[in-house]
Amino acid sequence: MNMETFVQSIANSLVASSIYATVAVGLALGFGVMQMANFAHGEFFMVGAYVVYILYAIGGVPFPVAVIAALFMVSVIGLITERAIFRPTRENVLAGFMATCGLSMILQVLVGQIWGVGLMRYIPTPYMGTATIAGAQIGWQRLIVIPGAFGMVAALWFFLHRVRWGKALRACAQDPEAAALQGISINKMTALAMGIAGGYAGLAGALMAPIHAVTPYMGHAVILVAFIVVVVGGMASIEGAVLAAILFGFIHTFVTTMFDAVVASMVGVGVMVVVLVAKPTGLLGRVKA
Amino acid sequence: MTALLVIMCILPFLVGEYYVEILILFLINVILAQSYRLVTTTGDWSLCHMVLMGAGAYASALMARYFGWPFWMTAPLAGVAAGVIGLGFVYPLLRTKGFGFFIASLAIGEFLRLVWIKVHNPFGGPRGMIDIPYIGELGSIDFYEAFPYYFMTLLITVACVFILQRIDRSRIGDAFKAIYTDEILAESVGIKVGRYRTIAFVVGAFFAGIAGALLAHRLNAIDPKLFDVNNMVYLIIWVVVGGTATFAGPVIGVAVITIIFEWTRPLLEWRPLFFGAILIGFLIFLPSGLESLIPKFVRRFGNRKAAQSEAEQAIGAEESA
Repeated sequence: MNMETFVQSIANSLVASSIYATVAVGLALGFGVMQMANFAHGEFFMVGAYVVYILYAIGGVPFPVAVIAALFMVSVIGLITERAIFRPTRENVLAGFMATCGLSMILQVLVGQIWGVGLMRYIPTPYMGTATIAGAQIGWQRLIVIPGAFGMVAALWFFLHRVRWGKALRACAQDPEAAALQGISINKMTALAMGIAGGYAGLAGALMAPIHAVTPYMGHAVILVAFIVVVVGGMASIEGAVLAAILFGFIHTFVTTMFDAVVASMVGVGVMVVVLVAKPTGLLGRVKA
Repeated sequence: MTALLVIMCILPFLVGEYYVEILILFLINVILAQSYRLVTTTGDWSLCHMVLMGAGAYASALMARYFGWPFWMTAPLAGVAAGVIGLGFVYPLLRTKGFGFFIASLAIGEFLRLVWIKVHNPFGGPRGMIDIPYIGELGSIDFYEAFPYYFMTLLITVACVFILQRIDRSRIGDAFKAIYTDEILAESVGIKVGRYRTIAFVVGAFFAGIAGALLAHRLNAIDPKLFDVNNMVYLIIWVVVGGTATFAGPVIGVAVITIIFEWTRPLLEWRPLFFGAILIGFLIFLPSGLESLIPKFVRRFGNRKAAQSEAEQAIGAEESA
């Protein structure tokens, strides 16, 4: 591997890490608050990409506006999911998870039937041109994903630790009953968590839309990695999810560059197995997976 | 039970050849769903059961092709192969519970599937294995024909379900349910939780492997896509729709979904949407599945005393769930 490929791979790793982090924090947040395990999270990501396709590539809306619209629209889907699926199945984690398996099928069919299956959607690159770093050419479109995604993750951290509602969310994650005794509404908190989770998945999908194959089934690959990241990070831990996302972003990109994507997925699962055997609570988790 | 067997013996003679093929798949799916039910009695909802079925299918196909072994040898050995792979899977999986088990099993199953995709020799890569040898003949019976294959599958299904039922009703089966109901309590009365979860998983894998062997030799071609997450979700739909408290549940689930599956054939692209909606609907409105309706029917139309005892059982099962 020469210097140019190396720098290129570092940049790609950072892009992958930031996207994994944005997707995985939402998953970890939902799981932390009332154990909402969302299998349709990958499809939320896919819907975010499609919103950008419709608004930006077809509708001609400026790219940043389309991204923000994707964030809010998928966030609404998250709220609906919470109300329609997670609230009625709250006593049973697995029922909620399995029901979202059904939701992912529904979303795939709806998107596929409305905008067509098979063909990849063409989305023009909003930010042309490349930056030259140490001889490697890296597209601006990729580079803007990194601060965008990590900025949103930092914003979530700030929200959870400094804002009243965010603190309430963390209280609810630690002990729902004690939180309820303090006057925190569990229903509001689960809705808030799913709204944020949906918004973040939509944002990740929107940012990736110009540099990723947009198909109704693009969520599958994302959800597998996001699940592995969340398990390795320690289930309900946001910090753990970010750390594991960075780790897997680098592993996945470098193994893909050296071998191929199939081997990269296999290595990812292998790392998860090693972590589970060596430290069942995950990297930063306190709860057993 | 006997009535059901009689119906299953007569049914193929009443329907066309195409439907006999569907009945064969139905029986294979019953073995699969029943073996999955055994795994779930400990509370471990595995997401790699379909892949373990695939392990059996690949194992049987490889043995038949490269060693030329007959089906009566490859089918049990396919079960053993799936069981051994299941034993390898369950070691890291034991460290997880509930949701963690769900997704870790998904990832581990995906690993084996990726091996099939990656390794072209002997697994055939993404396009899988074709020209898997037919079972051949036994005396004058040619198993290439649908009817002999159907009755052989029926025999194997009955045997598998019988064994699974014996396990379920034994002390081992009680230990599984104790782990589901209250793991800490089970551990404190001396049940080795890890050991019993392993037993349930490996026995489930064994029978899934046999189902896989039956599938491989009927379809004559298998590919990694047959055992992917989508099909795993269908397996979950069967057991959710039917219920897992009794042995009737998975059979009802597979039967109902197979019928709906055939009905919705003209609406091919929309089909996953129906099944997604069915899954969500059942989980929210009828979480204990169609089998929980049986006692209600019996109470209305049949013997009151029998209905009462069944209802009590169902309530007990619901509480443990």
